Amino acid sequence: MPKPYVTILGKAVRVASRLRGGGSALPGLVVERIDPGFIKATLATLPRGVVVISGTNGKTTTTKMVVELLESQGLKVFTNRTGSNFTRGVAAALLGEINLKGELKADIAVLELDEAHAVKFVKAIPPRYSLLLNVMRDQLDRFGEIDTTAKMLQIIGMSTTESVVLNREDRRIAKLQAYLPTQKVSFFGLSPKLVTLFPSDDDLHGSVVAANNLVADVELLNFDDDKAAFRLGKKKVITPLKLNGVYNIFNAAAALALVRAIIGDTIDEEKLVASLADVTPAFGRGETLTVHGQPIELVLVKNPSGFRLGLKSFKPSGYATMIAINDNYADGRDMSWLWDVDFESLQATGVDEVSGIRAYDMALRLRYDEVPVIAVNTDITKALKHFLATNKTKPKRIYCTYTAMLDIRRQLAKITNVESIA
Amino acid sequence: MTGRSITILQLYPLDMNIYGDYGNVLVLKRRLQWYGYEVNVLAYNVGDSFPDDVDIIIGGGGQDSGQVKIQADLMSIGPRLKQLADQNVPMLVICGLYQLFGKFFKTADGEVIQGIGLLDIETYGKSERLIGNVIVTSEQFGDIIGYENHSGQTYLGDDVKPLGEIQLGAGNNTESNTEGARYNNVIGSYLHGSILPKNPKLADFLIDRAVTNKYGVFYSEPIGDNFVNEARKIASKRPR
Repeated sequence: MPKPYVTILGKAVRVASRLRGGGSALPGLVVERIDPGFIKATLATLPRGVVVISGTNGKTTTTKMVVELLESQGLKVFTNRTGSNFTRGVAAALLGEINLKGELKADIAVLELDEAHAVKFVKAIPPRYSLLLNVMRDQLDRFGEIDTTAKMLQIIGMSTTESVVLNREDRRIAKLQAYLPTQKVSFFGLSPKLVTLFPSDDDLHGSVVAANNLVADVELLNFDDDKAAFRLGKKKVITPLKLNGVYNIFNAAAALALVRAIIGDTIDEEKLVASLADVTPAFGRGETLTVHGQPIELVLVKNPSGFRLGLKSFKPSGYATMIAINDNYADGRDMSWLWDVDFESLQATGVDEVSGIRAYDMALRLRYDEVPVIAVNTDITKALKHFLATNKTKPKRIYCTYTAMLDIRRQLAKITNVESIA
Repeated sequence: MTGRSITILQLYPLDMNIYGDYGNVLVLKRRLQWYGYEVNVLAYNVGDSFPDDVDIIIGGGGQDSGQVKIQADLMSIGPRLKQLADQNVPMLVICGLYQLFGKFFKTADGEVIQGIGLLDIETYGKSERLIGNVIVTSEQFGDIIGYENHSGQTYLGDDVKPLGEIQLGAGNNTESNTEGARYNNVIGSYLHGSILPKNPKLADFLIDRAVTNKYGVFYSEPIGDNFVNEARKIASKRPR
């Protein structure tokens, strides 16, 4: 049990920092400094333990799905919903949920953690379950190499006490099974005809996708605009979905496999599938806002595989397109990744607006794919205004890096209803 | 000028293409097309037979595991690559292949990975990783703008010249202020970014050498460089 004064102090900082409009992690940082055992002591009280979700792409949406699916099974779930996926973000989220005695009224914690932070976290708090989604080029300037990132995920798996769920279609993830002799391992995957939709970075320049013989507990069989077919164990289910984008739908397979591993044989499949049908994407992961009566979709892009999947998921015709690329620390400073994305699918419609600190890097990239660019402005506020004004009657889509997305949402909040993320 | 064609060979795209090195191939391909040439892009991977006619060779960086995978194969085509370099074929090798075009790479554990020795350079693995934006100044190419991410540190011998002098970043190693190495028309460098899109002078140097080798002279209408000056200006002001 954490010391009561720490809880009270942390809660006070949380309220104060919210009044200031500050970030979601500050109060967590304060508590961590004062009582490093705070998170561990609080989470240790949960009857069904801790779940860690990590990987390069899809953590936030998958975590949101897992939480809602577990709630459909009658569990009370604690999560770091704000997307602040660092340890201090977990501490900050805990402060919002515990009472003044320091008790957390939940059955289970489902935590989204950045790979590097997850490694530190699991050393202090071994999770009962973990889900390892994928390892792609992302922020290599922070981690160095993909193989280094894969090692981090291996440590998360090895620190897990009960069950580990792995992506069968990502060869670096599937290989981790060999390091998990004492854990129960299950896989989620794709039907063979869908595999080519998800090229890994290794497959990008024409290598052949190697089939493997691992049996997946949950498989995405097929999908179209508003429904998907999954195989759960031996049973096939078809369900309508509010999620868009192939990657979100594949994440649903990951979430289903994890929830099946947690709940086991007593799972209520009917409620599970009904709840999946209701899940909406997490903020900035294909969320749709409305401006002047027209939909505007925000698609977060932070690495080549994510950008490629985004372009593949959303058809450009009939839409006005904007791309906003920042290179702040959280976005990654290296612009090389833009050259590993193929933009030829935008040739016919062109791109209406290019923005962000590195707008001209992006415009240059588009030039070499012979994609027409209508306007370039590094100032996101001005670019967004121009984009909205010149495309009034069209549905719109904005591909943006993380900090560009925060900026765009802030601007849009002035003119439409935007869900608060802090 | 119809019928004039240039062949670009990309070395080991399956194992050595990380950090957007494909961008270099794309930039050469498009610029040649815009200049009015037909372009063939060939890939050479482990176990392939080496093509007879090649005008430009491009190689990239890789994971440490990728370097181990290609090393033996690279040694087998080393003599051919050296012969082409001595025939003044232009080549651009980045990061991992830059290192392996040198004499050897000695890892931090003391293991020695042999290179093909086309470039008179030696590389030593260090614990510190050199990461960040880079500006290099060269007499011939002006400011070269890119991004580095490597833990190997490279030292130049007498048979190569540096590509340029470091203005921002580390470059070859933390002791000297040089970046990259040149031998005939071969350029080795640590710069990603990718390097060619924001440095069209470098791209046009490779193109000029290739076309001159094949057709005696390179002359062309300017193709314009939209966006590149702004992209360079902004990149050069970003934090390390």
